[in-house]
Amino acid sequence: MKLQKASSFALFAVLELAANPTRQLSGVEIAAKYGISVHHLAKVLRDLGRAGIVDGARGVGGGYRLIANPKRLTLLDVIQVFEPVGSDSGASGGLKALTDPESALRVILDELDDHTVATFRSISISTMLKLMAAKPWAHSSRVFRPARTAAGRA
Amino acid sequence: MTAISTMKPLAEPRTSEAIRIRPATGSDLAELTRIDEEVSGVAKRKYWTHLLASGGGRSRYVLVAEEQNQIQGFIVGEIRAWEFGEPPCGWVFAIEVRPKTRLQGIGTDLFSALCDRFRRAGVTKVRTIMARDNHLVLSFFRSQGMMAGPFIELEMALDRNG
Repeated sequence: MKLQKASSFALFAVLELAANPTRQLSGVEIAAKYGISVHHLAKVLRDLGRAGIVDGARGVGGGYRLIANPKRLTLLDVIQVFEPVGSDSGASGGLKALTDPESALRVILDELDDHTVATFRSISISTMLKLMAAKPWAHSSRVFRPARTAAGRA
Repeated sequence: MTAISTMKPLAEPRTSEAIRIRPATGSDLAELTRIDEEVSGVAKRKYWTHLLASGGGRSRYVLVAEEQNQIQGFIVGEIRAWEFGEPPCGWVFAIEVRPKTRLQGIGTDLFSALCDRFRRAGVTKVRTIMARDNHLVLSFFRSQGMMAGPFIELEMALDRNG
């Protein structure tokens, strides 16, 4: 699956703020670390602020801090600020009756959506920080491919 | 299905002197049944009686977390060989903590104690299966470092008339 750029940027920012609970970080600092657009990240941080996840202070010494509880805040909470996740996201729309093939395909896609939602909902920001510290990919024989996100140098 | 290798768990066990983890005995049956009923809302005395009585040989572990002589939670696990074609691995069948004493690390202590026993028995992987909508316990296992394993659970309804 692929996350939208805004969702990925939001997760980078939230993880960065959660990893530095005693500091306020500027959008410029976060954007530089991930090589992403400052302008785009600023918009993402504003949306996270409106969602009650981060708080920003202007001026010298200003910056952002995480105000949500990282033990309770899940990946789903962050992603859903920017894009729908789950059955609603792929809805065919309208009240048109589905053909049998469409209905059968819908059942399979809903199955995948249910797994996606359950996975994002079960992983808190604190769990992500622990995962990042443990680096299980370093011990795995599986070849890890780069994450398939839309994030990148913008 | 969720699995973890025996790499260091993500969560550090709590270092509380007050909680003691020990194997369950027959006299714990009533408390285990009561905690399970409190958590699940379903009384299953026969199930727990059978589970404690049958023992499962040396490969089954029923551990309780005790605080001041009161059981606050328990975990049930078993080492099974060649289930689904897999070499021996540890399975977690149940973990329950009294709602009033949650968020104090009791679940982490229980899980850690069970993993220690699995390790000592020579297995290198622990697995469990969870209901997708059980966000609380699913999040707990994730916080311990468990990730999706290589299996997909499938099911179908059986028509009574065949």
